[in-house]
Amino acid sequence: MKKSCTLFSLVILLVFSSRSLFAQVDSAVIEAQNRRIAVVEKVAPSVVAIFSAGGNGGGSGVLISSDGYALTNYHVSSSAGTFMKCGLSDGHLYDAVIVGIDPTGDVALVKLLGRDNFPFSPMGDSDKLQIGDWSFAMGNPFLLATDFKTTVTYGIVSGTHRYQYPAGRNFLEYTDCIQIDTSINPGNSGGPLFNDAGELVGINGRGSFEKRGRVNSGAGYAISINQIKNFMDHLKSGRIVDHATLGASVSTREDGAVVVQSILEESEAARRGLEEGDEIISFAGRPIRSVNQYKNILGIYPKGWKIPLVYRRGGEKKEISVRLRALHRSSDFQSTKKKKKVKKKRPRIPLPRKSPKAKPPAKYKHMFVKKSGFANFYFNNLQKKRVMDRLSKLGDYSKTKGAWKLLGKADKGGAFIVNVSDAQSQLTIGGKNYLQKISGVDPRDDLAFEERYPGSGGLVLAMYNLRLFLNGSGKLVKENTNGKTGLFTSLIYLGSEPMDGQFQNSVDVLVSDFISEKGSKAVCRWYFNKTDGTLLGFDTSLGRDKDECQIRFDGFQEIDGRKFPKIMKVRHANRNVATLQIESVELATGS
Amino acid sequence: MRIGLFRNRSFLFFIPKNLLIALMPVMFLSAGRKTTAGPRSDAIGKNLTRVVKIYGAGGIRKLHAYSTGLIVRSDGYIVTVWSHVLDTEEVTVVLNDGRRFQAKIHGAEPQLDIAVLKIVKKVQDLPFFDLSKAVNVSVGTRVLGLSNMFKVATGDEPASILHGVVAAKTKLSARRGVFDFPYDGLVYIVDAITNNPGAGGGALITRSGDLVGMIGKELKNRESNTWVNYAYPISELRETIDSIISGKFVSKEKKPDEDENPTRYIASDFGMVLLPDVLYRTPAYIDHVVSGSEASKAKLKEDDLVLFVNDELIQSVKELQKQLGKLEAGDTLRLVVRRGMKLVTLELKVRKKSANTIKKQ
Repeated sequence: MKKSCTLFSLVILLVFSSRSLFAQVDSAVIEAQNRRIAVVEKVAPSVVAIFSAGGNGGGSGVLISSDGYALTNYHVSSSAGTFMKCGLSDGHLYDAVIVGIDPTGDVALVKLLGRDNFPFSPMGDSDKLQIGDWSFAMGNPFLLATDFKTTVTYGIVSGTHRYQYPAGRNFLEYTDCIQIDTSINPGNSGGPLFNDAGELVGINGRGSFEKRGRVNSGAGYAISINQIKNFMDHLKSGRIVDHATLGASVSTREDGAVVVQSILEESEAARRGLEEGDEIISFAGRPIRSVNQYKNILGIYPKGWKIPLVYRRGGEKKEISVRLRALHRSSDFQSTKKKKKVKKKRPRIPLPRKSPKAKPPAKYKHMFVKKSGFANFYFNNLQKKRVMDRLSKLGDYSKTKGAWKLLGKADKGGAFIVNVSDAQSQLTIGGKNYLQKISGVDPRDDLAFEERYPGSGGLVLAMYNLRLFLNGSGKLVKENTNGKTGLFTSLIYLGSEPMDGQFQNSVDVLVSDFISEKGSKAVCRWYFNKTDGTLLGFDTSLGRDKDECQIRFDGFQEIDGRKFPKIMKVRHANRNVATLQIESVELATGS
Repeated sequence: MRIGLFRNRSFLFFIPKNLLIALMPVMFLSAGRKTTAGPRSDAIGKNLTRVVKIYGAGGIRKLHAYSTGLIVRSDGYIVTVWSHVLDTEEVTVVLNDGRRFQAKIHGAEPQLDIAVLKIVKKVQDLPFFDLSKAVNVSVGTRVLGLSNMFKVATGDEPASILHGVVAAKTKLSARRGVFDFPYDGLVYIVDAITNNPGAGGGALITRSGDLVGMIGKELKNRESNTWVNYAYPISELRETIDSIISGKFVSKEKKPDEDENPTRYIASDFGMVLLPDVLYRTPAYIDHVVSGSEASKAKLKEDDLVLFVNDELIQSVKELQKQLGKLEAGDTLRLVVRRGMKLVTLELKVRKKSANTIKKQ
């Protein structure tokens, strides 16, 4: 008995000692493990477990700034409702409200409430990712975390700049996305993808599922953070953000080249010269070698951005700059809850419905304002105020509601005079008068607002809008004007975009509608420098399918204690129209 | 004495610790590479250029019309898995750089589950896997799988990469009836989900870029209803591939009892008498059960309609006979029959046949 015992102990001893002698772990492995642990510890506090207000269903998200803004998937927020509950790894449940949504790109921005010092993960650079890089996915797969502590999975980047078609009845298109074998499952949606340095590089949201059911099958997809950066200010604007189309469809030729298959005549691309059969060489500076790559690039920009495109026709290369059109019609974003009893055609993209049981917490109720076309109009007002407050640096124009008179010299055509009042706008240049009547004009008359100064795209009406914008009448947005002319019918914050297609120069954009929301006769886009808030210029468009009248300010001058543009450079359809040097400004006070 | 030493328990644990401390400097001295980066991207990049995307027959129901292939000669010989995708005159092959070519089947060995394609057009200097440099690895080796699973990559986009570990090296054919597997040799079982739609024919490589195996098709374990991820070691395929390419290949002669439709057992071996097979698809009704037979012992009854044989759906007498023909002595024959409004499961033992009862139909 004793002998077998001691023999047994001897064997155990040998086994254990041999293991400690030979089972040495390479210190590099231990270091790697410690590094992983440290990174996870660092970023875990910023990972959010999102629950719908009723408590059933949910997903994940990640905080990106200390004031509480967090990213998630649209398909997570849409089922969570306008007010939702978010759990953080500190074990607390916070209230959160929807800010902006991008249904096509499957991204949503929410704001956690109650603190101004949330732990957050700053956004990284997803273009630096390489195939084979390690990556972490964090979130709440299978809603396992009842204590809100995030689940971590670890794997490699399987592919970059991947394209995933809208699947089934879905319209969610994942363009230029990151493919990972890091395990992501239902519940991970909306959660962060980190590189091994702990930088946020993507938002997980999709996987390839086939025979093995709706669980990880080795291919997961994350929206690249660089795409989200393009949309960030658009999401903050509280709008329902749309993606873009060029107004053209492309296909691959036999030799592998990507060519224009068909193009909308009225699209800006067509107006800039792009035709059927043209071979697309590069788009937004990236070479195009497949239809997927083209779709990838198109998918990461919001509508309205100006993007450079290089194409080849008959051996000759040409470069154009095109403003991207909306991918969807505004009617596609109608709420499924219709007030009218009339049976309408079922809209393609249903919007999130407020969960009937969810009651917004009383102290945050004011942070949600419903408005058609917006996820949350409250945030649009917030952003608009931020931009307009900086406009006040130009001085107090509020009393100048009388007639305006500008005198100066144009580079061609000698002297010019601009006379604008509530009733009309008139440009006198080269000895001729160009008049745009405003009051008394039936807005339903199609010819009421046409280009008056030939080749300008709407310079005379642009001057009218400038006066409206500066003297504050623009701020008095009146809804349902019932055909009354002379006011902005809407003024909203759009987001930010590269100024004139220059990616390194990002500007805040406000958009004003003039006359009526349906068939508005003039839409103006106002550009503000993002850092100091200077008004840089504006574009006036007389119609969706018409090129705008572009006016850029070159310097400001002091006049009567206010700042007024010194030089206005006017361009239209890629050509210079006039450079107006303003020498004297008379702004009458009025009622 | 000996016993006294071991009585002192603290001594038992003391020794190993001492040894450990003594050896620590040795451990640190032998520390390997310091990098914590992912698998070396130059190793990956080089191998990705040798992986091609194949498009061919399929596209209906759950049959994918795409798979993956490995370039093994610079003039355009490609190895892939033998599958329905090759069920067409010519397949389209797309290289890593986006170049498209048509390819024909040059030769195949279904027993090894491989086919060799040849690009129709005259090409040269294609990047290729040197099969003679392929390595065998042990269980526990970290590997990468390269393939066009789910046809994610198109044009000049590179194939997808997964990471994992070789979990086992074994013969799957040993579990006949559990796996539908013609291949008799060794496979690597991998813990990464390498075997997805379209991944067949992809490459399994080490993290330093050496070729290990070719990813197989999707395969299910019928007993546990789980999917297996496996790859064929190149060492098992190399000789056959070389002889197919050189034109000296002769497919293994099939012995009569190893043919496609073996008839090792027939219904009457179990005492089952079926309806006469006169229709295109005669339903598999039991017409009569011989008393004292295996079937009667298992309580099979007249008018039972056989629906499943070992989890295979049976829709005709022919199919039932085919399934019976595949049985081997020692197997259990599990039948699911419809009796009236009920489903009944029965088990029969498959007994060794004595010499004078073995007959062919």
